[in-house]
Amino acid sequence: MGKKVISTVSLAGCFGCHMSVLDIDLKLLDLVELVEFNRSPLTDIKTFTKKVDIGLIEGGCCNAENVEVLREFRKNCDILISLGECAVMGGLPALRNHLSLEECLEEAYCNVPTNKGNKIIPKHEDLPELLDRVYPCHEVVKIDYFLPGCPPSGDVIWSALAALLNGDEPKIAKHLIKYD
Amino acid sequence: MSKIDITVDGVKFSVPENINLVEALSHQGIQVPTLCWYQGMDECLGTCRVCTVKVGGRHSAACTMKTQKDMTIEFDTDELKDLRRGVIELLFVEGNHYCPSCEKSGDCLLQAQAQDMEMTHSRFPYEFNNYDLDFSGKNILLERNRCVHCKRCTELFSDDEGHKVFSFIGKGAETRVVFDHEREKKLSPHKAKEAMDLCPVGAILVKGQGFSKPYGERKYEKEPLWEKK
Repeated sequence: MGKKVISTVSLAGCFGCHMSVLDIDLKLLDLVELVEFNRSPLTDIKTFTKKVDIGLIEGGCCNAENVEVLREFRKNCDILISLGECAVMGGLPALRNHLSLEECLEEAYCNVPTNKGNKIIPKHEDLPELLDRVYPCHEVVKIDYFLPGCPPSGDVIWSALAALLNGDEPKIAKHLIKYD
Repeated sequence: MSKIDITVDGVKFSVPENINLVEALSHQGIQVPTLCWYQGMDECLGTCRVCTVKVGGRHSAACTMKTQKDMTIEFDTDELKDLRRGVIELLFVEGNHYCPSCEKSGDCLLQAQAQDMEMTHSRFPYEFNNYDLDFSGKNILLERNRCVHCKRCTELFSDDEGHKVFSFIGKGAETRVVFDHEREKKLSPHKAKEAMDLCPVGAILVKGQGFSKPYGERKYEKEPLWEKK
């Protein structure tokens, strides 16, 4: 049997969940025996080159590019996992959700105390359009499993991956579930 | 106090008559999850519905019920566990509960119940409602994004002179917790801390006292709810 294939991506996240993947520590050696990584910041592979078994999504959707990437992951991955608080519920980027996009951009680019007179809000066809608010991943595509935490610990990520690679349903032990 | 028989999930128990059902079950080793209710409370609030069980086939908040002769209670069924978790999930989507940035994280009963019920996400869409903060107080910061409207602060808290400090304004979805500015100004540090500890979530905060405990030392990390079962 060939190795299972894993892909990862960070959408509107901080890469903390990817750091937590590295926190699997010595078990990473077991993991690389069992899997290969395809599209992922860890491999720097930018596009899918084959069908993927497990996709790990860090971060929610804050712009059009995030939505496009997430849909591409759904299309190419058999199992999709929301990894971390931002993917699960929007997380800290979603703090802007009760503001209008206009208010938010004006605050960030024009009214911020460190601003030295700038009145320009960046807008260009090369820049992804921001969404009206930040969306949890499961409100955009179907997500199969959720690993909450900011970030989820290496133990949680390992236990979920180990269960899936073994053909079992991932179930996080109660004491490992956290939301911060 | 006379004893009566009640049936919980098909098992008979002999319990004192006319006492709070959550308390009676707790003495039998059955821990009903609660949010607005806590052990030792004289009057129940019955606001959060996290303790929903079936009594005689009807959904009821256990904290609002007193033990009666021949009561038949359903508690540990898949349907009820899912319903109670649904209530917790609803609270998470109705407010804005950003646990990673919350001063009460680790000391928050809502979070502890979610963990005990193994909630990984909410089945309901997140509402991201807009709630105003009130930082005009001298001692207390009201973070209304986290308020679950349990009424603990409005019903159970009073200052050193016995006066109520917190109250609700508005109705329905517009209900907001507010405080009496004059009385809040005079709160002793001890009383302000009592208000913060009484709040099951992070809605009432003592100014300048957030994040006082390191990870691993917080209340529900040291005493997880499932260890009481």
